[in-house]
Amino acid sequence: MANEIHLRTPLKTEDLEKLKVGDKVLLTGKVYTARDAAHKRLVELVEAGKQLPFDIEGAAIYFVGPSPARPGKPIGSAGPTTSYRMDPYSPALLDVGLKAMIGKGPRGPKVIDSMVKNKAVYLASIGGAAVVTAQSVKSCKIIAYEDLGAEAIRELEVEEFPAFVANDTKGNDIFQLGVEKYRR
Amino acid sequence: MKEINVSEIIPVVRKLCIDTNYYASEDVVIKIKEFLEKEVSPTGRDILQLILENHKMAAEELMPMCQDTGVAVVFVELGQDVHLVGGDFYEAINEGVRQGYVDGYLRKSIVEDPVIERKNTRDNTPAIIYTDIVPGDSLKITVAAKGGGAENMSEVKMMKAADGIEGVKDFVVDRIKRSGGNPCPPVVVGVGIGGSFEQCALLAKKSLLRPITEKNPDPVWAAVEEEILERINKLGIGPQGLGGRTTALAVSILQMPCHIASMPVAVNVNCHCHRHESVVIE
Repeated sequence: MANEIHLRTPLKTEDLEKLKVGDKVLLTGKVYTARDAAHKRLVELVEAGKQLPFDIEGAAIYFVGPSPARPGKPIGSAGPTTSYRMDPYSPALLDVGLKAMIGKGPRGPKVIDSMVKNKAVYLASIGGAAVVTAQSVKSCKIIAYEDLGAEAIRELEVEEFPAFVANDTKGNDIFQLGVEKYRR
Repeated sequence: MKEINVSEIIPVVRKLCIDTNYYASEDVVIKIKEFLEKEVSPTGRDILQLILENHKMAAEELMPMCQDTGVAVVFVELGQDVHLVGGDFYEAINEGVRQGYVDGYLRKSIVEDPVIERKNTRDNTPAIIYTDIVPGDSLKITVAAKGGGAENMSEVKMMKAADGIEGVKDFVVDRIKRSGGNPCPPVVVGVGIGGSFEQCALLAKKSLLRPITEKNPDPVWAAVEEEILERINKLGIGPQGLGGRTTALAVSILQMPCHIASMPVAVNVNCHCHRHESVVIE
């Protein structure tokens, strides 16, 4: 098994620079959820020079639209959505302090370049293992865009949230390296 | 002539929506275990084990296996000797979907206008409904909960007869290669061949309803499926695209006659949750 590394938000550049693709990380602290619709609004705010609904400096964004919570539970099932749909928006957020993105599937070259420039990382969590993943979410509250339903921005408090480093700060990409290793 | 009151259909569809999201089907569990034995990537093995653990936990906690609980695609086989009474049949199906997604704590993932407003309908309706009239006096309803991530990796190609069977194989393998980690591999690959532009896409979706532990009944097509599956699993994509040998669990093909000028081929990709459940009302 790859190294297991504990990370805490807000994330620090020196901690992220130590990460290598394939490392398993356990993330603790506040994480913000956002999918396509919320990303569009966030980037509009950045472009207008307005304040974002959360502090993006050192923040981690999780690309997820959870299912509704049962009574007494903080959240429903909460696995990642496909990340490439956020590619048009991510560089603008990385430029203003976003340090980690969590999702599934590969990112495009512009996002990877932006991660190198901004010393940020992309973490892959496991699509379709959404009940297991939800166990590491301790609390969940909507902080913006309630009208978007499942796509509203939520502030999650997570404890040892499991993910794999898919893109590190050096521009390495597990989706290329992994495939090359096992292609026959 | 047998009468079925459409109000009977509502609780049936409600339960199908919930059950297919909470409980992994047996054929998927068997196939994942089979591929876990053969997987050489440590990360890939980790992920396959996690998926099996997730199946158990979802059933215990009464939670959907995946937060994307899909669009409800409803396949109806209506016996021609059945008379539906008591209201609008399609509205009854939609009411069942509405109740299933609300009462079952499933995610509502449907937007009213696909481009401009994209406002959520808040109850996961409307369902996508296909009806076939068949002999007999029973009513079969199948609900497939189709996730967006895998659906987005699907494609229709109007191929030439000259492309032949090798062209078909290359297209399917290339479609999965280009999908990489996006559709939540290991995937199930549905292929529709023949018919027309729209019919081959529907064939591809229907092909996903065959249990993945079963071979194609036609040995010629069974061999084609096997060859495509082998080629896909040599791509190296692996579970979640992080590298490995388990990229697809199965390939399923349905074909039908087509025009002399045409050879339509559709690939409909499904994620490893591979959710569908049926009930026959007699």
